[in-house]
Amino acid sequence: MAEPLFTPEEQKKFDAGIAEILSHYPPERKSAGMLPALRLLQELKGWLPQDGLRLVAKQLEVTPERAYEVASFYVMYHLKKPGKYVVDVCTNLSCSLWGAEKMLAYLEDKLGLKAGEANEKFTLRETECLASCGTAPCLQINEDHHENLTKAKLDAILAKLP
Amino acid sequence: MASTAKAIEPVISAAWGKPQSWTLDSYRQRGGYDGLKKALEMAPAAIIDEVKKSNLRGRGGAGFPTGLKWSFVPKDSPKPKYLAVNGDESEPGTFKDRYILENDPHMMLEGIAIASYALGVHTAYVYLRGEFKFQAQRTQAAIDEAYKAGIFGKKMMGKDYELNCYLVRGAGAYICGEETALLESLEGKKGWPRLKPPFPAVVGLFGCPTVVNNVETLASVPSILAKGADWYAKLGTDKSGGTHLVCLSGSVNRPGVYELPMQTTLLELIHDDKYGQGMPKGRKVKAVIPGGSSAPVLGADELDVAVEFEALKVKQTMAGSGGVIVMDDATCMVRSLWRVARFYAEESCGQCTPCREGTPWQTRLLRKIEEGRGEPGDIDMLSNVAASIAPYPPIGLGNTICALGDAAALPTHSFLMRFRDEFEAHIREKCCPFGDKPWGSYGDWS
Repeated sequence: MAEPLFTPEEQKKFDAGIAEILSHYPPERKSAGMLPALRLLQELKGWLPQDGLRLVAKQLEVTPERAYEVASFYVMYHLKKPGKYVVDVCTNLSCSLWGAEKMLAYLEDKLGLKAGEANEKFTLRETECLASCGTAPCLQINEDHHENLTKAKLDAILAKLP
Repeated sequence: MASTAKAIEPVISAAWGKPQSWTLDSYRQRGGYDGLKKALEMAPAAIIDEVKKSNLRGRGGAGFPTGLKWSFVPKDSPKPKYLAVNGDESEPGTFKDRYILENDPHMMLEGIAIASYALGVHTAYVYLRGEFKFQAQRTQAAIDEAYKAGIFGKKMMGKDYELNCYLVRGAGAYICGEETALLESLEGKKGWPRLKPPFPAVVGLFGCPTVVNNVETLASVPSILAKGADWYAKLGTDKSGGTHLVCLSGSVNRPGVYELPMQTTLLELIHDDKYGQGMPKGRKVKAVIPGGSSAPVLGADELDVAVEFEALKVKQTMAGSGGVIVMDDATCMVRSLWRVARFYAEESCGQCTPCREGTPWQTRLLRKIEEGRGEPGDIDMLSNVAASIAPYPPIGLGNTICALGDAAALPTHSFLMRFRDEFEAHIREKCCPFGDKPWGSYGDWS
């Protein structure tokens, strides 16, 4: 038999989370909860496994295809299991004017990954503007934001990751 | 340059950087929720009139008069009405709403309460871009405080008026800052913009009348009620009331968000000691994007212009979302445009053919030119591709459902108009004349 998607603890959090999400929308508009529900699933599992998508779809009373369509549209949802740390580096104009392309090259070198690649520990991605243009260059590690980055600062952040 | 630009008492950013500025206590000590108190003693229609009189214009990009937008909501609709707050701040060069959410979220929440009461809204959704994790935490904490204090919930400051306010986080899609895409996303779908009309004020969220307002727009509302529309209108120009937040980034000595009088010019913003503090040593301005990356670029000789809707419109560009990006004379214009073009190709939602096909085409041509593989005819081709997405001038002729098409084409048109010789030099010399240093004085990272 396939392994269950959730541990009992996760199942409890999922059920409570879905109930909270649905309380924010009109009863006949359950499907509106799709983005928060996918986020909830990803917070619990680290990514969006297919049986999780089916479960979300069931709870929101839509087809699994709808859940997949939404999940594949937004870049913050992971349809494949990412590395332990997802590193999103902004290389947009304002950041590049403060060295972002060079910072990305440094990271590629240091992590042994090209942007877009992943290993067990890291997923390295080039991302679009993070609304941090005045404190460039910047990146996010598992959605935690780091800005005004220098080589020394970045090294210190990476060294602290367990 | 010394500080000569006209200063102004800040309206929105007054508390930024002060201890605990994001708490309800701090906000109340500064007169917070006085505007709402006053609003609750007024008739809803009178509040809308007051906002109309203030000349407040939307701060999300289009600059549409806020009071007028509110007045489009049908008063006799049997359907529920909704307020959707646009905190999807994603236009490259724009980072002001982030500071409001971090430093003073109650100012926005008070705006939400006032707008909701004026419009007959009982449910408001605050849609923040997914990457705003910290800002979402701050905002949610403020919403919780507002519930506890009896501002949101069954009663509004003692008055029999129910308002529920929910935070929704996006998941990484620039297009969801477009108001109808935002509504689709709020409905739990991919962010595909809708055809307009009907406008959201009539058919919006769940098919109901909906007002979509930007974070800064709503944060501007409390002071209008507290201090009066006349006071607010007088701070600005004839057609645009108040102060506004301008985001300065790129090759300047002191990037940041500055609250400016509408009359402040780009030159003052870049050079004044209060603001940008000038260019890197030995460098001059080459180009400035005045309103987020989609706004047509200006050359160095065009900067004596107010950073404001009407003044920039005269120059065939726009104040947009207040994102001013400065490039110095050591910056490669082809590389810069290529990077901007890539953004729009990445963020095109794929719904309309001119944008879906045109944005990657622009990107491929620009890469080819930047990498020294450009051929005669490529520049004309690039210009044609951009014109097929959206001709220019004027702004707004796009062949697509939403303005992302325009946003993707305007940079190409304007860079080619002003810096065509640089594109030609790349093709002629078969390489980038800036070599491995295309990003100007601050582009070397260490």
